[in-house]
Amino acid sequence: MVELTVDGAAVTVPDGATILDACQRAGVDTPTLCFLESLTPVNACRVCVVELEGSRVLVPACARRAESGMAVATDTPRVRRSRKMVLEFLASSVDLSTAPEAQRYCERYGADPQRYGPTAQTVTQPVKIDNALYVRDYAKCILCYKCVEACGTDAQNTFAIAVAGRGFDAHISTEYDVPLPDSACVYCGNCIGVCPTGALMFSTEYELRQRGEWDEANQTQTDTICSYCGVGCTLTLHVQENEIVKVTSPVENSVTGGHLCVKGRFGYQYVQNRPDDGD
Amino acid sequence: MMDLQFTSAKASLEERAVVDAVAGSRNGKTQRDSLLPVLHAVQDRFGWISPGALNYVGERLRVAPADVYGVATFYASLSTSPKPQQIVHVCDDIACLAGSEALIESLQASGAVVERSPCLGLCDRAPASLGPDDAWMPTYVGGTELRLLRHVGIVDPESLDAYCADGGYGALRKAFELGPQRVIAEVVTSNLLGRGGAAFPMGRKMEAVANAPERPHYLVCNADESEPGTFKDRVLMESDPYAIVEAMTIAGYTTGCERGYIYIRGEYPVATQRMSNAIARARDAGLLGEAIMGSKTRFDIEVRRGAGAYICGEETALFNSIEGKRGEPRSKPPFPVKAGLFGKPTQINNVETLANLLPILLEGGERYAQIGTPQSTGTRLFCLSGAVTRAGVYEVPHGTTLGAAIDLAGGVPRGRRLQAVLLGGAAGTFVAPDARAMPLTFEDARAAGATLGSGVVMLFDDQTEMMPILRRIARFFEEESCGQCVPCRVGTVRQSEALERRNFALLDDIGAVMRDASICGLGQTAANAIASAGANLKLW
Repeated sequence: MVELTVDGAAVTVPDGATILDACQRAGVDTPTLCFLESLTPVNACRVCVVELEGSRVLVPACARRAESGMAVATDTPRVRRSRKMVLEFLASSVDLSTAPEAQRYCERYGADPQRYGPTAQTVTQPVKIDNALYVRDYAKCILCYKCVEACGTDAQNTFAIAVAGRGFDAHISTEYDVPLPDSACVYCGNCIGVCPTGALMFSTEYELRQRGEWDEANQTQTDTICSYCGVGCTLTLHVQENEIVKVTSPVENSVTGGHLCVKGRFGYQYVQNRPDDGD
Repeated sequence: MMDLQFTSAKASLEERAVVDAVAGSRNGKTQRDSLLPVLHAVQDRFGWISPGALNYVGERLRVAPADVYGVATFYASLSTSPKPQQIVHVCDDIACLAGSEALIESLQASGAVVERSPCLGLCDRAPASLGPDDAWMPTYVGGTELRLLRHVGIVDPESLDAYCADGGYGALRKAFELGPQRVIAEVVTSNLLGRGGAAFPMGRKMEAVANAPERPHYLVCNADESEPGTFKDRVLMESDPYAIVEAMTIAGYTTGCERGYIYIRGEYPVATQRMSNAIARARDAGLLGEAIMGSKTRFDIEVRRGAGAYICGEETALFNSIEGKRGEPRSKPPFPVKAGLFGKPTQINNVETLANLLPILLEGGERYAQIGTPQSTGTRLFCLSGAVTRAGVYEVPHGTTLGAAIDLAGGVPRGRRLQAVLLGGAAGTFVAPDARAMPLTFEDARAAGATLGSGVVMLFDDQTEMMPILRRIARFFEEESCGQCVPCRVGTVRQSEALERRNFALLDDIGAVMRDASICGLGQTAANAIASAGANLKLW
């Protein structure tokens, strides 16, 4: 066991736990964007940084192992300033309109993206629609690496996408940016499952949103077991007006860890093949 | 084995041959660490990496094509679209900024294909260019007490015999006599601090690696010298390559490494050629490889070429680059002494730091410690450039004042006045002329809120407009950020924009988050020079 303090309060966490775990144990709500419990932490977004006594710089709570004797501070002026700035940087360069969590953090830390002016560089670009199942809107991408991890060794082992380019031009890409049907993509949709900003989206959701008909408040979520094979993955069906509009799986599910295959994720149409009402 | 999927693009026979020649014969086995050498070979031969060639590289090395593409697009010297093969690189970085436009025009007028480049490490001949046919030119060297530069310009850098005749390999012999533990004790006594910028105690690092239980251990010589204004390591490698080979052998022997890498920046062709030659001849003479000098020691060195990425000078980014990945820094801890190259305990040092092992062994740690000041021992190489009469590399004992170092180089050209000095490079600090009295030591620099960094002393006279220099520094970081973390990826862009719009009020906040929350030293120092220009030069 590891004993440390978070904002002055003593906390005990198991060996191997992170500062983020310790913060949770202490009841401190820590913002995260690139973190997901089912993926290897890349600590790239830096919104979870905390002050660690004895450290020259702030440290990422999501990735830094807790050690005995650490004194962690999560609400100092330095921490608040860094978090606010990270959120301002993202909000001023990326379209966060379908990222409610990021928006909440922006409000909490008083991020003011407008102060960089109308000429501030952004990652604005046209949405990529090259297959029937999902769209890629990289104008909404905060480069959290989650999709790359889910496509790679953390889940699917397909390696269809990687981070390409460098600096502000770094972006998620297939080789030579070929369309997904020419790439190694197997349409498992696990990248959509882990995307925190809606940059990767079911075509059904995208089209409903385009038409102004996406209505999350009036959707139901029903858990069921996938009927395709013997693994028994839990599917959460998101249903709007008696139509399945999206399929996810709970990240805490011991069978899936939130990940599915193409059949579980997209092969639901047969459920709703029914005679037209008029017939 | 991974089931990799490729597009239908096929490599030509010629492309396959080039890839095969470098990829070696370990067919079917993942050899991702060959990725950068293979991509270099394709780029050098064809001027770009075609989709077919990229697929073949992925197939041969068992790396997914999207991953290969991610690596290829990370490095500025690799291209995924056709490019002319004969390119002249013109430096338009801070030391060369003033003359670069005229140089570009005249080169273009003579029909050359020109590409702008960040600092080429040729600041002694600003405005600098580097073309495929450029002849080598020596850099002026000077100083008051030559230890590291003692062979430069005197001993034939190609000849092992000449090196040995001038006392070469005496230090390695001494190291074998002492044994690893006593070598480390000498280094600890010498109080040698790292010369790459972080000033970490060398002895402590060697001790940690030597005692690390996990095997194998690796030695890495960081010769990715890319800090704008720095060219000292180039001079050491070009003019005294055997000294670097000898120093690496000592470090390898002492820390229990059988394999060493020297990662040389891609823009240093002469240094690469001379180091490769020195390694080959040392191997032929039994000074590398099995049973070195008849001992039981086994050690060898592999040369790796950088591919146009300043960030690969950051130690963990350099490891990733050798491993065939994007040069993105890793999170620390774990530190390299515990988990470095290939996840193993790694001794990584800057060229100049390693070179100091020779005088430490030859003179003894105690005598070495008497040079300089108690906290900053030994001599130091300073790269003087900009508005100075004789730009070059100068070796002086720590504690020499900034003014004395400037005077060694002949001072500011007649008729001009000193306006500012940039210490430590783009990641360093601007100081005003009143800093001439400052002793050049780690402790005095720290007390003045400055840094010696990689030994850059770049002078700016009263005719220089400083704002374009600051904007160039901001652009440098913008272009060299790896893009991994938000504070640096977006912060370096916002810093450039704020300077452009003269919105100086924003710089504080931008600088604070880059310094506090970036993953690595690049982001953490990207605001230093600009902030210091505001504070010390009173530019706003």
